[in-house]
Amino acid sequence: MKSVGGIILQRLALGLLTLFVVSIVIFVAVNLLPGDFAEAILGQGATPEAVASIRRDLGLDQSPITRYFQWLGGAVTGDLGNSFAQANFASFAGTETGSGLGSVATQIAPRFANTMFLAMVTAAIAVPISLILGVLAALYRNSAFDRATNIFTLSSISSPEFFLAYILILFLAVLNPILPSLSNIFDGMSFSERLERTVLPALTLTLIVMAHMMRMTRAAIINLLASPYIEMARLKGIGPMRVIVRHALPNALAPIINVVALNLAYLITGVVVVEVVFVYPGIGQLFVDSVKIRDIPVVQACCLIFAAAYILLNLTADILSILSNPRLRHPK
Amino acid sequence: MTNFSRRGLLKSGAAMGVLAATGLPVAAQAKRGGTLRLGLAGANTSDSWDGRTHSDSYMIMCAHGAVFDCLTEVGADGALKGELAESWEASADAKTWTFNLRQGVTFHNGKAFGADDVIESLNMHTAEGAKSAAKPIVGSITEMKKLSDHQIEFTLAAGNADFPFLLSDYHILMYPAGMTEEAIAQGIGTGMYKVDAFDPGVRTVMSRVDSHYKDGSAGWFDSIEVIAINDSSARMNALMTGQVDAVNRVDTKIEALLNANPNVNIFEVTGNQHYTFPMLTNVDPYTNVKVRKALKHAINRQEMVDKVLLGHGAIGNDHPIGPANQYYAADLPQNDYDPDLAKSLLKEAGMEGLTIDLSASDAAFSGAVDASQLYQASAKAAGININVVQEPADGYWSNVWLKKPWCACYWSGRATEDWMFSTAYELGVPWNDTSWDNARFQELLLSARAELDSDKRREQYTEMQALMSAEGGTVIPMYANYVDAASSKLTNSGTIGNVFQMDSSRLMERWWFA
Repeated sequence: MKSVGGIILQRLALGLLTLFVVSIVIFVAVNLLPGDFAEAILGQGATPEAVASIRRDLGLDQSPITRYFQWLGGAVTGDLGNSFAQANFASFAGTETGSGLGSVATQIAPRFANTMFLAMVTAAIAVPISLILGVLAALYRNSAFDRATNIFTLSSISSPEFFLAYILILFLAVLNPILPSLSNIFDGMSFSERLERTVLPALTLTLIVMAHMMRMTRAAIINLLASPYIEMARLKGIGPMRVIVRHALPNALAPIINVVALNLAYLITGVVVVEVVFVYPGIGQLFVDSVKIRDIPVVQACCLIFAAAYILLNLTADILSILSNPRLRHPK
Repeated sequence: MTNFSRRGLLKSGAAMGVLAATGLPVAAQAKRGGTLRLGLAGANTSDSWDGRTHSDSYMIMCAHGAVFDCLTEVGADGALKGELAESWEASADAKTWTFNLRQGVTFHNGKAFGADDVIESLNMHTAEGAKSAAKPIVGSITEMKKLSDHQIEFTLAAGNADFPFLLSDYHILMYPAGMTEEAIAQGIGTGMYKVDAFDPGVRTVMSRVDSHYKDGSAGWFDSIEVIAINDSSARMNALMTGQVDAVNRVDTKIEALLNANPNVNIFEVTGNQHYTFPMLTNVDPYTNVKVRKALKHAINRQEMVDKVLLGHGAIGNDHPIGPANQYYAADLPQNDYDPDLAKSLLKEAGMEGLTIDLSASDAAFSGAVDASQLYQASAKAAGININVVQEPADGYWSNVWLKKPWCACYWSGRATEDWMFSTAYELGVPWNDTSWDNARFQELLLSARAELDSDKRREQYTEMQALMSAEGGTVIPMYANYVDAASSKLTNSGTIGNVFQMDSSRLMERWWFA
């Protein structure tokens, strides 16, 4: 068996390959959408000449294969290109400057930072709560507490995100105005204000990701509770809480870490609806706006970020499960 | 509001006064102060301060409505007044126009405003490679002569009595000469508000300039924050929870909820925005005037206003001139729902039991498919079989509109009759979506354009509206209201402009905190 370092390298290489495949899938999918940037921007005013001239300016008149490899060539060297919105603006104005929009990278960077902030706030709330609830549910399994937690988390994960968001807005912003329903954070906001505006979307996401993590914690621990070494610990007279935290939990870590990592990835890639509902200026909203106007370079960059987040977090999960398992850490 | 018949209320054209009496507080005295927070739909990541690219409400409100000025302005009462131009006069043939510019005006960066700025700003629209929507307007100017620093003479290719009106168009903003690129990047205009922060598709912050030529008549807020909220529910929530003071494009389905909230007022006006069903009059069976007439009498307009617009509109009369136009002919005979008349018209045409396709998609206007199905049902009584063809929303304007013989469409209307007619009904123009070719109409269009006598123009435009209503190729069932909402803390002069949504997009200048 290979060393941990070898595994990381191999997985990273596979990850790059996955990204490449994903980029092809995205490119094909976006090109299959009816209408293109020129038609989306011009709307009713789409005269054939105007459409043709925008397509010419943006290079949309070239074959998809040429365009894909041009884009790929740039992406490999770290240049994600200019958004169509930006390129079209320059041709619209007849000048190269003055749009206020930067390249795709500068457009995405602040949005991505906002999304990461939301993900971190959510993770800070959701992970400890789920783990604690999971442990408690395992401890008091089949009790009223266990059932109530299960029913609550399962119903929240089964509800669509926008529905949960509106329920939270109703209770926490409309009926009891304690939190703002708009999460329009911006640069120069104080940290506490930023945090306050992020709480509602973070709570919504918490409700969505909690069930998974909590139930996996519970199941993994209960699974171990039947093992002989746990019985031994009990026979030694150790209290139930200590049995679970000291003896069962370390061995249950691998599956828990996996499910936590998957859910963290979801916090980056699955925020689209929540960001739109709360007007949170993250990457999800940018993604929606860009799909609307068929701004392929931005859509593609967003998708690549989503895919990379999944790949990296999965990799992290695998590494952490190896590290948490002495049998895998010291292969024979 | 609900106690009034909306139709009667809005048809009157004097809607604003009544509206003021039905809930919106009528202002005693405007006063300065406060930060206005707006939640606006219509924002895009591609937004910029370039007026030539503006087409959606967010940038029109921010640029035309606060940061930049035009030469002329349509007041809340619909009358034209000077903005950066103080006065103007025309030669007898309406071909030569002399504009006197306002003196002592400065841009936000301190540059003084003068004739050079006007010339350069107008030339931006016809520059090589520029794709401005105002190109036809500026393109009609053959010569711009600077008479002095504050006087310009425009020579037009053909007489146009509406020329000063056209210069109030939201695309034709005034930029500082020699630094237009900088002005477009940073938003440097002569408006009452200067830009503090601008994040395209997200947020704009503006603050009041210290002194301005409109002082005392407009610009009451100290600062303004405009938040882009494209999602309808989020926008309504933001208003209901007091996160913003006003929103545009109210979702009329939740009107009852808004009405139940004492802190929120809906304000709506009927403007020129109208929904149409254009038929290509050079394609059978629409070549036959009797068929067109039969279709006009086979539609139940009031039902459509009630069910598709949920009452937030007014019935149309098959011509594109609306209550926000100067020469709107309100008392033409109304084309109403009369299945028997439609049936007999078809009999005369020898086309009983006519079966036709109607192409529709919600890209044409929200509710277009529902409207087409209502049309289908009402036409059945007249023995007309309408087959509603649901078209994909993407590419609707390229593949369906102007191509299919009969389809659904919308027009936001134009500030002047000539502009509207010459956009979509003049012989040979690209957007003539009915292939309308009527000798008398064309003759009137050309003569009214250069006519400076207001009474004569009214006569001519009335005749044109009557012609379209009786014989034209488009069915115009309804005008859709501009429905916006504001916190009850906000108030206004009692007169709300109906050229565009949000008090003709001038809410930031014209409203104040009570």
